Amino acid sequence: MTEFTPWASLFGGLLIGLASVLLMAFQGRILGATGILAGLISPASSGDWAWRAALVAGMITAPAIYLAFTGAWPQIEKPVSTPMLVIGGIIVGLGVTYGSGCTSGHGVCGVSRLSVRSIVATLTFMATTAVTVYVIRHVIGA
Amino acid sequence: MKLFVTYLIGVVFGLGISISGMGNPAKVLNFFDVAGTWDPSLAFVMGGAVFVAAVGYQLVFRRARPIFEPSFNVPVSRRIDTKLVAGSAVFGIGWGIAGFCPGAALPVIGTGRSDVLIFMAALVAGLLLAKALLQLNLKPTLRRPAAGN
Repeated sequence: MTEFTPWASLFGGLLIGLASVLLMAFQGRILGATGILAGLISPASSGDWAWRAALVAGMITAPAIYLAFTGAWPQIEKPVSTPMLVIGGIIVGLGVTYGSGCTSGHGVCGVSRLSVRSIVATLTFMATTAVTVYVIRHVIGA
Repeated sequence: MKLFVTYLIGVVFGLGISISGMGNPAKVLNFFDVAGTWDPSLAFVMGGAVFVAAVGYQLVFRRARPIFEPSFNVPVSRRIDTKLVAGSAVFGIGWGIAGFCPGAALPVIGTGRSDVLIFMAALVAGLLLAKALLQLNLKPTLRRPAAGN
């Protein structure tokens, strides 16, 4: 069980949306983790690499700021085994590359631009995630 | 200065992930477990984010160009193809197995937890593998029109 946190989740969501808007306003870019990460690993140019590195550095600093204000790290409970993390991670990497995006790029940025591609992508991955969770938890019973 | 502003935008995003609970795989997986320990919180994360982005983008796109760059760099493709749908479907399977998605895992690297680092390493391996596969695939498709002519 995890606690239902509508207000914290809504507030966090507003910040995620705000960051997406600010990145578009300043950098003219979609805030999509897949694209940012891919460009960080194999950059097109040094100028293209620097803003991605700065953005990710900011992201990684955030949990420490959260700790400073709340006295606790953001809660992370891992309900899956390490092999599942590894297998899941590789599958996610394959899927987001072929699908050109993930929850942030398609789910937030694309859907809010009413991009049909992103809406199709988001509905697809939400559906397969739900099916996967159902199969793992209620069919296999892991 | 530009990089510092971009850094701060990263902080805002990371705080959003930290506060919302998106960085917690247990919460994410429970959102999808309607038949079990359902936690609807994730709908509030997505709802809040999409609301702000939808309104904010409208305002931003009234500008001729972004503040730091000469032009907006926004995807223009409208093609709904197998690659998009199959890729997204595969992503969902991985998300359902691991409970982390890329945007949620990136900020929580900052907690220094080994499980986050293990997921990130596997994710990067998957990204590189996909890139290699795409390049293998690209060569025959590039050759084909030449051979046909």
